[in-house]
Amino acid sequence: MAPPTHARTGGGDLAIEVTDLVKTYPAARKKPPVRALDGLTFDVPAGVVLGLLGPNGAGKSTAVKILTTLSRADSGTARVAGLDVVNDQQAVRLAIGYVPQKSSSDPMATGTENLVLSGRIYGLSKSDSVRRSAELLERFGLADAADRQVRTYSGGMQRKLDVALGLVHRPTVLFLDEPTTGLDPEARADLWTEVERLSAAEGLTVLLTTHYLEEADRLAAQLAIVDHGKVVASGSPEELKAELRGDSVQVELADATSANRVHSLISELPGIGEIVVEGNVLRARVDRGATAVPAVLGVLEEQEIAVAAVTVARPTLDDVYLRYTGRTFRAAERASDAEKERAA
Amino acid sequence: MATMTATAVRSSARSGGLAGQTAMITGRWLRAQYRSPALIAFTLVQPAIWLLLFGQLFKGVVKLPGFSDSSYIAFLTPGIVMMTALMSSGWAGTTFITDMERGVMDRMLTSPVRRGALMAGQLLSNATTTVIQTILVFAIGLAAGARYDGNGLGYVVTIVASMLVGTAFGSLSNAVALLTRQQEALIGIFQFVSLPLTFLSSIMMNPKLAPHWVEVGARFNPVDWATVAARQSLTANPDWSSVTRHGLYLLAFTLFVAYLSTRAFRTYQRSV
Repeated sequence: MAPPTHARTGGGDLAIEVTDLVKTYPAARKKPPVRALDGLTFDVPAGVVLGLLGPNGAGKSTAVKILTTLSRADSGTARVAGLDVVNDQQAVRLAIGYVPQKSSSDPMATGTENLVLSGRIYGLSKSDSVRRSAELLERFGLADAADRQVRTYSGGMQRKLDVALGLVHRPTVLFLDEPTTGLDPEARADLWTEVERLSAAEGLTVLLTTHYLEEADRLAAQLAIVDHGKVVASGSPEELKAELRGDSVQVELADATSANRVHSLISELPGIGEIVVEGNVLRARVDRGATAVPAVLGVLEEQEIAVAAVTVARPTLDDVYLRYTGRTFRAAERASDAEKERAA
Repeated sequence: MATMTATAVRSSARSGGLAGQTAMITGRWLRAQYRSPALIAFTLVQPAIWLLLFGQLFKGVVKLPGFSDSSYIAFLTPGIVMMTALMSSGWAGTTFITDMERGVMDRMLTSPVRRGALMAGQLLSNATTTVIQTILVFAIGLAAGARYDGNGLGYVVTIVASMLVGTAFGSLSNAVALLTRQQEALIGIFQFVSLPLTFLSSIMMNPKLAPHWVEVGARFNPVDWATVAARQSLTANPDWSSVTRHGLYLLAFTLFVAYLSTRAFRTYQRSV
C-alpha cells in the first residue's frame, strides 16, 4: 500500500506543521502564472532531519521561503516551532535559522565579521556574539580563515560559513535550502558530516531541501517527495524503499524502436510489476531479480532483440520517485531544466 | 513549545531598537567602503573634470547680463557638489542587487532586523561617502579659485544639503533595485533620470538665462533645491528664508522617498 501522501505523525512536538499551502506566482511577460505549491502538506517532528526531495521547480524553495517568513502563501497555514508564520512572524524569525540556496555571506566582510553582525541582529550582546562566532568558526574548521574576507574563501568554505550563519543565534529549527548544490564531492561529504553532527548532537530540527537522491538518503531521517507543488509520498528512506517490494530490473535496448514490443513481451512474464519505458530503457519492478533477469533475457533472445545492457538493483530512492511520479528523477530534472530554458 | 515562544519573546526584546540595528547595518557598509577606497576616489574623477573643464569652458558666462555671480567657478562648485551627490548615490542600489544575487538579502529579511534599519544603514553609509566627496569637491573648487564671502555656516548648509540629495537619490536607487532586481535595469534607469535632473537646474547655468521651460523644470527639481540653498547660504548676505524653504522641500522629499523605498521591500518579498 502506498503511504498516505500527507502522513500526520500523531503525538509529540511538531517543529513544523504545513497544511495545504498554495502559492501561485503571477504571470510574467509571455509566461503563464506558475502554481508553485498546490496543496503542500507535511509535518516535521521536533529533533528530526526532514528532507524535501524533488526536482528543480517542484516547489521546495518556495515552501522554505514561506516557512522562513520571506514569502507568503496564497492560502493554507504553516506553523514553525509552534508559531504561525504569518501572525507570529517576528517570533518565528527568532526561532529559525535560514541557509538560502545562494551563499548568504557578505564577501567584503571577514568570516568573524559576518557571524558577529548576524549574532547582533538576533539580539546577542557584542561579547556573546564574538564568543559564539569563534566557537562556530572552530567547529566548522574555519578558525584559520576567521579574519580573511569571505571573497577569498573556497565554495565549500563559504557554504560552511553559510550554515554557521544560520546557527549563530541557536535556532530551534534550521532550514537548509540545497546546501550542497555546486560543491565538489569532497566539500559535499564534509558538509554532510557537519549536518549529521548537528542533528545528532544538538537535537536541532532540520528541514533540508535537495535534488540529490544520495543526499536525501544519507541525511534525512524522514523524506517528503515533492512533485508539482505537492507531497506525493513521505516516510523514512527505508520505509519508502521497502514499499517497493522486490528489485528493479533495467533493460537497455540497442534500438529504441523495439521498446514497445519489449514492453508487451516482458509484461506477460510472471513476477513482473510496473514497467516504465524511457527512450531505449525499460525499468521493471520484479519480485526477485535473480529469476527475472534470465527470463527477460530468454524472451528477448527468442525474439532476436538486441540488448545493450541489463542491470538488476535493490530499490533506490530513484525507484521510489519513479513509483510515485511516473518518471525517473533524471527525466524530471531534464524536463524542468528544459522548461527553464524555454522561459529564459 | 511554550518555552520556545518565551525564549523568542525574550530575545525579541533584546534584539535592539531601530537605532541600534541601523548602527550595525551602517557599520557593515562603512567597513566595505573603507576596504575599497579606490571607489570613492573614482567617483571624484568625474566632478573634478566637470569642475576644471566647465570652469574653463564657460568662464565667460558670468559676463552675460543678468548673471548675478562674478566668478563662474564659485558659481559652479556648489552645483557640482550636488551633481556628484546625485551621480554617486545613483549607484547605491547596486549594493542591494549584489546582496540579492547572493543570499544575503534573503537571510537579512528572514532575520528580526527591521526593514527601516536595512534601508537607513545603507543610506547613512552612503551619506558618509557624500560628505567626503563634498569636502573634496570644495577643495578642488577652492584650489581652482572659487571664493565665498559667507561664514562657515554656508559650508555646513551645503554639506547637509548634499547629504539629503545623496540620501534621497540613494533611496530611489535602492527602491529601483528592489523592484527591478537587475543591475542593468538600475543603471539604465538612473542614467535616464540623472541627465534631466542635472540640466533642468541651476547647476551650470542661471536658469533665468535659459529657456523658460528649464526654469519651470528646475522649480520642481530636488537637486536644484539643494543647489539653490547651498549657493544662497554661501553668499555674503544669504536670504535665509529661501535657504530654509528649499531645505525643507528637500528634507520632505528625502523623507518621502526613504519611506517609499522601505515599502519596496514588501514588493520584493512578494516576488521572491
